[in-house]
Amino acid sequence: MKRIDHAEASSKFIKAQDHLDFHDQRLWDLRKKRDRDSESIPEWQELRSLASAIKEHTLTHLADFLEEFERNAQANGVKVHWAKDASEHNQIVLQILESRRARTLVKAKSMLTDECEMRPFLENRGIEVIETDLGERIQQLDDEPPSHIVVPAVHKLRTDVSRVFAATIGTDAKNSDVHYLAESQRQHTRPYFLKADAGMIGANFAVAETGTVVVCTNEGNADLSMLLPKLQIASIGIEKMIPRVEHLAVFIRMLSRNALGSPITQLTSHFRVPREGTEMHIVLVDNGRSERLGMADFWYSLKCIRCGACMNTCPVYRRSGGLSYGATYSGPIGVIIDPTFNLRKYSALPFASTLNGSCTSVCPVRINIHEQIYKWRQVIAERHQLPFVKKEAMQIAGKVFGSPKLYRAAVEALGASVEHLPRFMLYNPLNAWGRQREVPPAPASTFRHWYLKNRTKSGQRK
Amino acid sequence: MKVALFVPCYIDAFFPEVGIATLELLERLGCEVIYPLDQTCCGQPMANSGCHEDAAATERLFVKNFAGFDYIVGPSGSCVHHVRENLTAIPQTAEVTKVRERTYELVEFLHDIVKVTEFPWAAFPHKVGLHNACVTLRALRTAKMSEIDEPAFSKPLDLLSRVRGIQFVTPDRPDECCGFGGAFSVFEEPVSAKMGYDKVTDHHNAGAEYVVSADTSCLMHQKACAERLKLPIKFIHIAQILNGARA
Repeated sequence: MKRIDHAEASSKFIKAQDHLDFHDQRLWDLRKKRDRDSESIPEWQELRSLASAIKEHTLTHLADFLEEFERNAQANGVKVHWAKDASEHNQIVLQILESRRARTLVKAKSMLTDECEMRPFLENRGIEVIETDLGERIQQLDDEPPSHIVVPAVHKLRTDVSRVFAATIGTDAKNSDVHYLAESQRQHTRPYFLKADAGMIGANFAVAETGTVVVCTNEGNADLSMLLPKLQIASIGIEKMIPRVEHLAVFIRMLSRNALGSPITQLTSHFRVPREGTEMHIVLVDNGRSERLGMADFWYSLKCIRCGACMNTCPVYRRSGGLSYGATYSGPIGVIIDPTFNLRKYSALPFASTLNGSCTSVCPVRINIHEQIYKWRQVIAERHQLPFVKKEAMQIAGKVFGSPKLYRAAVEALGASVEHLPRFMLYNPLNAWGRQREVPPAPASTFRHWYLKNRTKSGQRK
Repeated sequence: MKVALFVPCYIDAFFPEVGIATLELLERLGCEVIYPLDQTCCGQPMANSGCHEDAAATERLFVKNFAGFDYIVGPSGSCVHHVRENLTAIPQTAEVTKVRERTYELVEFLHDIVKVTEFPWAAFPHKVGLHNACVTLRALRTAKMSEIDEPAFSKPLDLLSRVRGIQFVTPDRPDECCGFGGAFSVFEEPVSAKMGYDKVTDHHNAGAEYVVSADTSCLMHQKACAERLKLPIKFIHIAQILNGARA
């Protein structure tokens, strides 16, 4: 499979200056709001530790909590299904829908269903799927995946949305007023809620002791998706488990503050029991998670609560956009998860980072994101997935730097021939550095020369 | 106090003045400074690209050059960070561990070990914007990071505030990475350059005449960006200011 070329994709993103500026500003604004909100809570760092510990405990006893969850959900009258992978998940959902002759599915936001590529799967089998989250709906109508796990259409300007809506749901192409566009989408989606045969949600948390699925939203669309149709389905990644309701208190305090810099989402909905005369299904999905749990260096990524704080703070993500990662999950968290799905395809992503560590410092569950990025680079090199030019350059650099003699020869050559200079220092043809930046001039003397000339007496060690 | 001077490869080759200022400054402060002549690099370029095998010989050489000193001091945060946190491509013998533990970034060495409180020879009557390299900020922890609500502290500002006439300006996003990132700067050239442009523009808009940093690699990148943008802004290493450079 072809390697995703993040650098190439980001180059296109950067060329659209007004989009880039908006994207960077909008996400930086979320980061600043997150700072303000977190600073208003004196025990913020304790909360991070607590959230991390709860997730760590749950993940290290995951089988027990999953079974507890299943028992309690069944006792609540919910039908629980287990899906080993994306394909099983999609089959299960299809079977549930077909068993009730459901043709129309309204669904709330779920990264998991994107990960499973469920929508095209169902659509190809004659099921009409309507995303009801505003951002997700914009992306669905534009036939694009979400570019951010919390704000899926953040890379679009309102004029883009106006263009998409005009072409798909018949809004006035000249009107890009935000309220007009949001209201138009709302009016367009309402009838679907009423006529849909089935509704679907993802999950922010699944509580083992009660069998509850908890969803945090700002639009109320998850509630409409679950409360109106007779058939309801929740798809849940197995890492979403938390042991008890009381643990929600920790996560609910952190989720929206990290995601959007607001204290809490408008709605925190608990779905536990099917309404009378309706049926509710829960699909617990693995799709690589158990395998990830077994990876000593990377299992910590399963603690993620999908708040997106790492994306909002990431200077690379803000300037390249989520779509440039070519994966369901983008930004720092995507960089450490995506290679578990396909190492070769996503082998460039861990290099789309300066290892600045800001992501790790904001992460509400203390995932060591930048350390995992660093670690992934080793895995990629060891499994021979580095591009040839980089591999060669590093071999040469390793030889030169490993030998004082070769190193001196290389440095002395700098002054003599300028064209060798960035090649030596930067391991790549001149143009990559020099395209948008000046090349540093080689000085008359190296430090070592100066030292030998000026400090010879104390210089040499025996 | 016997100090080995660690002058990273790119400083040796491109920015000898930073090595000289570091050496002179340490000498002024009473350190016995020795520059091991066979030094090359710390291994970071290879290790950061995932190529640990290729980093091993360099790391072995680093330890050989710097074993036996009380302190090893370098004017480059990211190289020091590599030695301290990531020099793991070779077996971790007692000698290796000792070298790693004794390696300091210049600012933390001056601040925490030498505990310098004055630089009577230093005056720098300019407006400067301080750039903390990401690893000095978030890994070596030489200053408060904006992501964490903690009491404000800044080792580089503590030192610089002892310099006569210096004025500080603060960019809008003081902690934002400048986009160098080693091999990132060439393999992710579009984002890297854009980050650099944004960084120097932010400093320029804040009114900085100079950007000062304890990390030469960030300065190299930002200088290259500012020159291309033709921004009237200069770049100087903290060692140079503390050693008495006037401009």
